[in-house]
Amino acid sequence: MSRRPYTRKVKRSWWLGRRRYVVYMVRELTSLFVGLYCALLVVGLWRLAEGRAAWDGFLDALSSPLGVLFQLVCLAFAAYHSVTWFALTPKAMPLAVRGEPVPAKAIVGMHYGAWAVVSLIVLIAAGI
Amino acid sequence: MARSNKPILWLPFAAGGLVAALIIPVLILITGLLVPLGILPLPYDKMAAFAHNPLGKLILFGTVALPAWHAAHRLRMTAHDLGFSDGVAVKVICYGSAWALIAITAAALVIV
Amino acid sequence: MSEDVTLEILRYRSELDSEPHFQTYTVPYRDDWVVLDALNHIKDHVDATLSYRWSCHMAICGSCGMMINGEPKLACHAFLRDYRHDVIRIEPLDHFPIERDLVTVMDSFMEKLSSVKPYVIAKQKKALSDGENLQTPLQLMAFKQYTLCINCLLCYAACPQCGLNESFVGPAALALAHRYNLDSRDAGKEQRADVVASNEGIWECTFVGACSDVCPKHVDPAAAIQQTKISASLDWFKARLLPGAHR
Repeated sequence: MSRRPYTRKVKRSWWLGRRRYVVYMVRELTSLFVGLYCALLVVGLWRLAEGRAAWDGFLDALSSPLGVLFQLVCLAFAAYHSVTWFALTPKAMPLAVRGEPVPAKAIVGMHYGAWAVVSLIVLIAAGI
Repeated sequence: MARSNKPILWLPFAAGGLVAALIIPVLILITGLLVPLGILPLPYDKMAAFAHNPLGKLILFGTVALPAWHAAHRLRMTAHDLGFSDGVAVKVICYGSAWALIAITAAALVIV
Repeated sequence: MSEDVTLEILRYRSELDSEPHFQTYTVPYRDDWVVLDALNHIKDHVDATLSYRWSCHMAICGSCGMMINGEPKLACHAFLRDYRHDVIRIEPLDHFPIERDLVTVMDSFMEKLSSVKPYVIAKQKKALSDGENLQTPLQLMAFKQYTLCINCLLCYAACPQCGLNESFVGPAALALAHRYNLDSRDAGKEQRADVVASNEGIWECTFVGACSDVCPKHVDPAAAIQQTKISASLDWFKARLLPGAHR
């Protein structure tokens, strides 16, 4: 009897319908909003280089309803990126002190600490 | 099998992921909420002075270039996950956008 | 009055079927039965033509991996009582060709496994009379977790990249490569890197993490692969940037 193995095709929609893969896809799509916000930052830098009037116009655009809405969406995805990125660091970069592994929670905690410090420095530098 | 040259794409992706995670949310908080609410004015003189400073230039460049690269590389991978073939088109769109952002940033920081 | 459980099992017999189809079976419910017990009941009392792999019935041989309600599981590790009031849908492991019913073709995995040289490659040949290779408990701890793999292939079924690119070396083989790379007695990292650090190796992984979620032995292949990415990246730059380094 000859063999005739059957190969199943992976559907394009493979990630739909199972929570684990939907969560993964949302995590990956945070990059779209990180990228879009980077584009906004680049526009801002360019406006800054153009001079005072251009910069003030940029600040007005940031404060427009559309500008705020866009940025709030970006903020949600960017924060989700931070949380998921920190959560995975113990796997990618396990630490050991004198041979003893550092608990995963401590590694994640250090990242949250760094997040708080960086955020505080940026806020102070921005003049809060 | 040959060893891959992916490290040259992946290390800046990983570095960008960390930089984005640490700094992008607070930046959006400032530009998306604190500026519109009038809490932080971000005056031109102060911002221009920061962009004139060599260290300031470096920080601004890293803040844009690394997360932009991170986003581009991750989107390329996601396009593959979504069933688009990992061909020239996807690479040009993803990495091309990142390079464009990086180039404009560099230009802006030179002429500012 | 005893309860029953309904199983929908994907059948494929190449001599009869042009493509796989579900067949429904009813088996008695027992509180202490796992899905494998239900399959054995079918095989012994209902339909002897049903084919599946199993051996130890205690989650150590790694033979009875299958999709149970869409999740890769060992049939001997999945209790019927956790699926009460559900129809239990059983399919062969995703991302492998179906040989017959729940039996998959795993030749591709066997090739990938041997390609990463999953054995200690000694720094230099030693005579037996030179004695054993000593290892401290700390050195053992560095890789022990990755030795626990039973090659059940649940991680290959869970990993979307294994489905999207059949040449991806995959979680279990890469975790095992990492296990030997971390072994203080081993000097084979450079040899393994030709496969491990190729485009079909670690770089196909996008850190979905599903491999580690489904692993019945908590091997955590996802961690192994990310650590290998970092180490392979540093090696790549060292080989190019350090003066006198060979490529």
